[in-house]
Amino acid sequence: MNSHVTWKAASAAAEETDVIRLADVRRRFGETAALDGVTLTVRRGEILGIIGRSGAGKSTLIRCLNGLERPDSGTIAIEGREITGLGEADLQPLRRRIGMIFQHFNLLSAKTVEENVALPLKIEGWPKAKRLARAAELLELVGLSGKAKAYPSELSGGQKQRVGIARALAAKPALLLSDEATSALDPETTRSILALLKDINRKLGLTILLITHEMEVIRGIADRVTVLDAGRVVEEGPVWQVFSRPQAQTTRSLLSSIRPQLPAHIADKLTTDVGGEAILGIDIAGPAATGPLFEGLSQEFPGGYRLIHGGVDHIQEQAVGRFFLAVPAEKAASLASYAERLGAQVEVLGHVADHA
Amino acid sequence: MSPIMLELLVRSLWETVVMTAASGIISLVFGLPLGLALVATARGGIAENLWVNRVLGAVINGFRSVPFIILLVALIPVTRLIVGTSIGTWAAIVPLSIAATPYYARIAEVSLREVDRGLIEAVRAMGGNRWTIVREVLIPEALPGIVAGFTVTLVTLIGASAMAGAIGAGGLGDLAIRYGYQRFETSVMVAVVAVLIVMVCGIQWIGDRWVAKLDHRG
Repeated sequence: MNSHVTWKAASAAAEETDVIRLADVRRRFGETAALDGVTLTVRRGEILGIIGRSGAGKSTLIRCLNGLERPDSGTIAIEGREITGLGEADLQPLRRRIGMIFQHFNLLSAKTVEENVALPLKIEGWPKAKRLARAAELLELVGLSGKAKAYPSELSGGQKQRVGIARALAAKPALLLSDEATSALDPETTRSILALLKDINRKLGLTILLITHEMEVIRGIADRVTVLDAGRVVEEGPVWQVFSRPQAQTTRSLLSSIRPQLPAHIADKLTTDVGGEAILGIDIAGPAATGPLFEGLSQEFPGGYRLIHGGVDHIQEQAVGRFFLAVPAEKAASLASYAERLGAQVEVLGHVADHA
Repeated sequence: MSPIMLELLVRSLWETVVMTAASGIISLVFGLPLGLALVATARGGIAENLWVNRVLGAVINGFRSVPFIILLVALIPVTRLIVGTSIGTWAAIVPLSIAATPYYARIAEVSLREVDRGLIEAVRAMGGNRWTIVREVLIPEALPGIVAGFTVTLVTLIGASAMAGAIGAGGLGDLAIRYGYQRFETSVMVAVVAVLIVMVCGIQWIGDRWVAKLDHRG
């Protein structure tokens, strides 16, 4: 009896911070497991990015959250309310608490911009004048006030997504789901849409869950990232930490396009035979990355290393550094342990016979 | 052409207009919901029910495979039941409607099926029910195709109504056969064909203009 009471109290406390809680969610399509035991939480006010390759289960996951897809097993709680057992009629009011934006915008071509934005309110039964007033408010928020009477076909991709965002916000949702919302947009438009989402997250305190296959998107706005591979969570954590020390192979490969990589012509010459120069990969992040790494290295190993490639990025106001050094083979071990003392993570990638 | 012939022509034109318009409207009223039912009950539809879908499909195919001239005669008992007589313009409207309804249902089905599934998903995601999807997504998004299909149906009905002379319904087709063909009055034949061409072109032109106005798919 007592334990029951404590459990209830604990869950009530959790409700205040978690908008979504998934526990061991599974969904199979025939032989393939789209979701293979996914457990995750989304906290109120944060932007959680879920990344994975196509086929990793991202779309199935996001569609489970508003009941467009039903899991085979596991539990899904939205604002503390279990939704897996709900019927279609009970899911409908719940879906009004969740806004969604899509890769291909999914705007109704036969309706004007303002009618599109006002549609969720029409479904909620708002009178026409009221819902058009709200639509005008939202169009101003997304910077499209002049386009209220236009049809979606008259807009650019970025403008269409802004309309999509306005529509998703119309019913004042507790959560915004973004399904590859920038994947059909060019880089510049992507940046402006991400900036808008970040702005909305700050201004309205809106919780955002976005799925993407692009690390740039995660880097741009997410607070935390969850990496999905073959229906499983393979890695999660604050974005800057995951970016600085990716553990899973999937994460590393997804990051390869935006983290410095060993130049191919050097990578081709790498051998496992010790001798010549050792090539080291050094990762350093957070407070450690703002310390005097290179000054220290230069003092300890004068003339003993060459910087091949690398740099310092700033993610969530944290420095995230990644460098490739070439050092004489005999000095590799001592340089590595010195760098590790300064908080870096060092990996000996291999050796090259002579000057690379 | 004599004044009497002219009067006959005008009367026949009116009969054709009545038959086409009445059966056109009836096929729209019944065919559109049928088309909707076909799309909704199909696999992955908003009210998936494959059994109902197969039965509906079979009935529609059954009616569509009967040649109209046979349907015209076969339906005489039904016509008598509904209109009270099996002869005349109003009697012809029954078989015309029954032939055009499944025809139009298939045309409407094609337009409705082509509505982007993403739009249905978007409205479901915002909490819309099936009726909302029909009213806000399926019908408005498919409307250009629904109107274009209605135009095609009307033109087809004009053609079919020519056969209605077989049950004494009159109309332009009947006039052309009885006077133009059987009595060798070439001028009547030419006049009828000219009127039909103008009618068909007019309907098509209005239909196309309407579709262009409705279509915002860009």
